[in-house]
Amino acid sequence: MARVVVDVMLKSEILDPQGEAVLGALPRLGVNDVSSVRIGKRVEIEFDENAQNVEEQSRVIADQLLANPVIESFSLSIEGA
Amino acid sequence: MSARVGVVTFPGSLDDRDAARAVRLAGGEPVALWHDDAALAGVDAVFLPGGFSYGDALRCGAIARFSQVMDTVKAAAAQGMPVLGVCNGFQVLCESHLLPGALVRNAHLRYRNRPARLRVETSRTAWTRLYQPGAEVVFPAKHGEGRYVADEAVLDELEAQGRVVFRYLDNPNGSMRDIAGVTNEAGNVVGLMPHPEHAVDELTGPSADGLGIVASVLAHLTGAADTSGVSR
Repeated sequence: MARVVVDVMLKSEILDPQGEAVLGALPRLGVNDVSSVRIGKRVEIEFDENAQNVEEQSRVIADQLLANPVIESFSLSIEGA
Repeated sequence: MSARVGVVTFPGSLDDRDAARAVRLAGGEPVALWHDDAALAGVDAVFLPGGFSYGDALRCGAIARFSQVMDTVKAAAAQGMPVLGVCNGFQVLCESHLLPGALVRNAHLRYRNRPARLRVETSRTAWTRLYQPGAEVVFPAKHGEGRYVADEAVLDELEAQGRVVFRYLDNPNGSMRDIAGVTNEAGNVVGLMPHPEHAVDELTGPSADGLGIVASVLAHLTGAADTSGVSR
């Protein structure tokens, strides 16, 4: 069974207000030496036992649905293909 | 016979009834369309209303893009049918690649719910032809993901081609270049975040400025005094 993990991140030039909010909270934890926090999504996909073209299909899923290429980039990692 | 304007209901749409009411008040005939139905029921134009289609799962508008009705709307838009997307409808149009750019979390992370003053930048669209360019209007804004973003090159192209349709006078969400609404190259597809359908009478809205949106498309459809450059 192939398991695919897709990481989706906002492109670096897109402001990430959630990351900024987390960054702003860190001093309250006593952490003062962090310069940037960026928040993304991790998507775990499990294919059927007999699935073919797992990488190709994963790329279609990531490119056409999981990430919006206008604002986001993605990376794939395939386990147990 | 008045023009038929389809109003699409997705699971999670909220403003479909106000959109239908706006169509009726402006003199059109609203026609209810269902997300899971590919048929457009012979409508002359389509209104994609606000709300939270499919619970905003993944990204606002991302799932609605794959609905049956959007396949047909995309094909009709390519043929010149006027299509308006408001709020979530605008997000659906961007996710469907009918309009450039994307709508992301407000820069301040707060849901913004108040009237927005806008400048109508162009009357060269199917949905704004009855407005004077430069006119100020007030439509309610209510969104958490309304910050318009696009590549600088795309923004420059939109500006150069006069495709920024509405601009915020008091940017409520951090949208790039104060953009509240844009159009496609042909001018038949328009999307904006604030809600003209909530501004159709003085009793229930901050203004009646929104009536001009549907009135514009009705005028466009009847071809009355064509002063715009919109192709059909």
